[in-house]
Amino acid sequence: MSVEITPAVPQNPRVALYVTCLVDLMRPEIGFAAIKLLEHSGCEVVVPEGQTCCGQPAYNAGDRPAAHRLAERVLEQLEGYDYVVVPSGSCGGMIKTHYLELFSDDPSLRTRMNELAPKVYELTDFLSTVMKLEDIPGRAEGCVTYHDSCSGLRELGVQAQPRALLAKIPGLSVAEMRDSRGCCGFGGTFSLKYGNVSAAIADEKISNIQATGAQAVVLGDLGCMLHIEGRLRRIGDDKTQVLHVAEVLAGELGATRP
Amino acid sequence: MQIQSMHFQARATEKLADIRLQRNLRRLADKFVTARAQAMTEIDFEATREAAVERRNRAIGRLDLWLEQFEANANKAGATVLFAESAAQASEMVVAIAKQHEVKTVTKSKSMVSEEMALNTALAQAGIEPIETDLGEYILQINDNEAPSHIIAPVIHKDKEEISDLFSKVHQRPKLSDIPELTREAREQLRPKFLGADMGVTGGNFVIAETGSVALVTNEGNEGMVTIMPRVHVVVTGIEKVLPTLEDFATVARLLTRSATGQSISNYISLLTGTRAKGEPDGPDHLYFVLVDGGRSSLLGSEFQDMLRCIRCGACMNHCPVYQKIGGHAYGWVYPGPMGSVLTPAYQGLENSLDLPQAATLCGECHVVCPVKIPLPDLLRKLRERQYERHLRPWAERVSFSLWAYVAVRPPLYRLAASMASLFLRISGGRRHRVGGLPLANGWTAYRDLPTPRGATFSARYPGWATARSFAKSATSRGPR
Repeated sequence: MSVEITPAVPQNPRVALYVTCLVDLMRPEIGFAAIKLLEHSGCEVVVPEGQTCCGQPAYNAGDRPAAHRLAERVLEQLEGYDYVVVPSGSCGGMIKTHYLELFSDDPSLRTRMNELAPKVYELTDFLSTVMKLEDIPGRAEGCVTYHDSCSGLRELGVQAQPRALLAKIPGLSVAEMRDSRGCCGFGGTFSLKYGNVSAAIADEKISNIQATGAQAVVLGDLGCMLHIEGRLRRIGDDKTQVLHVAEVLAGELGATRP
Repeated sequence: MQIQSMHFQARATEKLADIRLQRNLRRLADKFVTARAQAMTEIDFEATREAAVERRNRAIGRLDLWLEQFEANANKAGATVLFAESAAQASEMVVAIAKQHEVKTVTKSKSMVSEEMALNTALAQAGIEPIETDLGEYILQINDNEAPSHIIAPVIHKDKEEISDLFSKVHQRPKLSDIPELTREAREQLRPKFLGADMGVTGGNFVIAETGSVALVTNEGNEGMVTIMPRVHVVVTGIEKVLPTLEDFATVARLLTRSATGQSISNYISLLTGTRAKGEPDGPDHLYFVLVDGGRSSLLGSEFQDMLRCIRCGACMNHCPVYQKIGGHAYGWVYPGPMGSVLTPAYQGLENSLDLPQAATLCGECHVVCPVKIPLPDLLRKLRERQYERHLRPWAERVSFSLWAYVAVRPPLYRLAASMASLFLRISGGRRHRVGGLPLANGWTAYRDLPTPRGATFSARYPGWATARSFAKSATSRGPR
């Protein structure tokens, strides 16, 4: 007889929300939508103070010392909760997978990070896998398509979870685009250093989005959102909406309703 | 091959504007990506690649040992094994072999190492005629020695129409449009060369230590003509391509062809051992192995050692969003795409290829498809770290990052800066909630608008929001039960 041992999910888990710098500045509504969803699923949400950035831009630029300084602070802020939830696959991936590498030269930080890493989740993964969220507060009608952002997909395995959650919204259908797992061309500072290549990759993604006939592309990473939306508008598509999955699930679409 | 990677930006821009190239590059996704995905359903990819990683690591881990064993066994079978420290030295060795055997013409099958060596140039300078016999490489050679743009599909950047024009011009024959007819024409051109060649040069997908053999994986019959017809056969390959056993090769081969072209097995797989023995119907009288270091040993024991596992399948470039848009020539040296962006700095110097580690979105798909699990995005990031440490990035970038990091470790200052940025963006964005141009943000706005925030920052709003809500909550909970 085999006994499956999975750590029990506390009744009302205390969840630290890591807002991320881009959500904080560019689309704060996503942060509030995330709180709403987490509370709706039965969590007690805490927004730890002093949040700035996870350090990923520095890490990917090769500025390891700066990344290390930021990572140390983030680790300190996020310890002591049942879970840490991030409404971004890329920042989530940074914290959950790359911090361990970043702390490789410091055994005590590494030990603490080993403790923290399993508690870190991307938002839709957490809602779906841990909280088993069934009733979605958001209401939306029509057709959307889902783009898999790279880090969420490849570092955290976020693929089925957001789709499963979206499918629970009555009246909303998800049309799969061609090559939904293909990169949108953002790539952080890549989008600035090689803007023309970055835009050409985005155009490929955009034509796949448009071919579905969906009113909106839904995704889980703000960097990719800004890039795709910015490029859509630049090439004259004012129609296709670009929405964060948390906004759709929470029903907090405001002016960006599909 | 002379490195041109310093011109990456200019070349990439040129390639993006080349409509014909853009159309041709689409075949990558249609052909290779789909075919690979299909082929991998035939095997347990994860288990097979684990096994391949283990076997390649075993080879790389004691490279000296396996190379010695290979040399001993190859010698026993009548072959000569030469080790070249540099690609240039390898070229000299091959020229010397050709001269020693009074060779006038050399037929070649496909070899990327021979591109590293610039072997054709060296042979031609010595008065020896090199003839590429792989159809793709032949096309490039008759097109003024153009460089391959892909490691397994060297003319992926060209379409049938271009090749048909080229054939008609160079062969001085009427223009053909049918692919089998074009191939027949190439064959007619090559046949006499095959028959007249004194020496054949091939690459080596692997060399096998326990038998002293070379393993060749190809899709065209030309390799057989190159290895069997001439008196002399020279194998040129990298020192890292050794595999201890034939069983290792069997494991790796299952992944190689599937990863490369989506074939369960290639049209030809040859295992060639030694010179022609008495009574054997075919085989060369003289067999040489020129095993090239060319920077490889410098990766041993370094944080880039994983790169030596590479089996040259091309899957990383086929799946790379950047390669798919700019093709191979923009990368500027022998190996393009993600694997090339690690190898070029390693073999040709980071200072000569500053763009390559940067010109990647780090999307991770190359790592996902790599049959020997090379952590390419991590290696590219490590190269970026070396660039940062060696001050090989523009000072403006360095200053921006320092400034940003200074602010980011001081939350009150950061909140203030973010609030100011938010306000500035909201004003700039106006009612349309987007801007088309911003000072200091040209890198972004040259190609896209910037959607602007619709309200103050999260951190500015959250405290008030939380207080209001807890007040509302306590108001409702105070009511009678």
